[in-house]
Amino acid sequence: MARPVNNWPAYFTLFIALALEIVPLPQSIQFMRPPFLAMTLIYWVMMWPQRIGLGTAFLLGIAIDILHGQLLGQNALAFTLVAFLTLHFHLQIRNFPLWQLTMTVFALLAVDALISFFVDGIAGSIPAGFSQWGRVIIGTLCWPLLMAILDRKRMRAESRPSQFD
Amino acid sequence: MALNTVQSEPGRFRSSSPGLRLVLLCILSIALMVLDQRNQHLVDVRKALAVVLSPIQSLVSAPFTVSRAISESISTRGQLLEENRSLRERELVQNSRLQRMAALEAENARLGALLDSTKKVDANIVIAEIVSVDMNPFRSMIVINKGSRDTAFIGQALIDANGIVGQITRDRYFSSEAMLVTDVDHAVPVEIARNRLRSIAVGTGDLDRLSLPFLPSNADVREGDLLISSGLGGTFPPGYPVGVIRKIQSTVGQPFLEIDAEPAAALNRIREVLLIVPEESPQPEAPPEELIKSAAMPANPAIPEPALVTDAAELTDDAPEPDAEASE
Repeated sequence: MARPVNNWPAYFTLFIALALEIVPLPQSIQFMRPPFLAMTLIYWVMMWPQRIGLGTAFLLGIAIDILHGQLLGQNALAFTLVAFLTLHFHLQIRNFPLWQLTMTVFALLAVDALISFFVDGIAGSIPAGFSQWGRVIIGTLCWPLLMAILDRKRMRAESRPSQFD
Repeated sequence: MALNTVQSEPGRFRSSSPGLRLVLLCILSIALMVLDQRNQHLVDVRKALAVVLSPIQSLVSAPFTVSRAISESISTRGQLLEENRSLRERELVQNSRLQRMAALEAENARLGALLDSTKKVDANIVIAEIVSVDMNPFRSMIVINKGSRDTAFIGQALIDANGIVGQITRDRYFSSEAMLVTDVDHAVPVEIARNRLRSIAVGTGDLDRLSLPFLPSNADVREGDLLISSGLGGTFPPGYPVGVIRKIQSTVGQPFLEIDAEPAAALNRIREVLLIVPEESPQPEAPPEELIKSAAMPANPAIPEPALVTDAAELTDDAPEPDAEASE
């Protein structure tokens, strides 16, 4: 048995998250869109660190840079750093209770947002003010739900009883 | 928590350490950013990547395209007749205005010849549809379905039935990215239609607000003044409506007025835009960041006159289509 678990749930959900990043929303709530891709990436790096790593994070960052029309490499840098932090602490944060894990995700999403805004600042774009943190907060609030969905996918792939059952 | 099965797969551990990979990928992304920002080396790379990613865009926008098509195909005969009637009426009204326009155009050309001014060219127009995908939430950008394959080019001006929408900032192969006039990085050289006072309309990030930061406090400007493109800077053809001045605020001791204008184009309702195709072959235009610089240069006294300013405004002040709901 060379590969007891295949990677398709991770790739599939990452693809869905990428699509959700560009699904049209009304202008007034666009800045509230949760950072689906960053959150899904954090989940899979945390749970399957040997399969989803920095390379995947980098490529997804490049994809979102192209789709969002941002500087090429901006999100790639942010995602790579977030994936590295997640990878470095994955054994600890996997065992956190849910509320603590959610706080950790908030910190990771804040790192992602900060790097992105930092690059924006250097590149000369005018940052959008406080509204840019709406995304991070909404994302944190959505984390338990997203985690439950992704856990089901992962548990089914690993053929184990779900953690939250 | 159940520990992962992959822990027991020693063969699947990465060969290099994560720290090394982090450093390499960070250097790579910083190099990409520098190349992308400073020079245009990555234009082709971006285009290729955009082609690779275009299926995702099609997938996301497909439901919206399909629902639009369905709602069109199941509209009743009564609705179609009604729409047909109103369109015919509108065409009649517009044709009557166009009759006058022909005479005025001839007169304008005669006067222009008398004044020895530059000859104006009629612009051709290509219709493009807005692709139902969102871009960076903090920028006012859209994707349109015409790309370099369809002779869209960087710096090409976008208008709708009411006024100037924006300009193309990146051309892909099948589609293009366009920046709206309200983007924080965008500026349009404008003049007030009433007295031809020149200024620059800068985007604010709000879809319904432009700002005119460079008019001195003694400038002759009133609420309700129509702003038209002045044609300086070369990106936008002269004479198209840009916005209407809504609020003028003058602070004692401040050298400049704070002026808010409302964009003429219905930026949050548009589905289709018109690309202006110049008569001559497209020249490379200054990127939008440099617009302010190029437009703020000493004004050329021999600027071409805006063609048929009042008529252009009259012709285009039709209300936006009532069914054009915000789909993006």
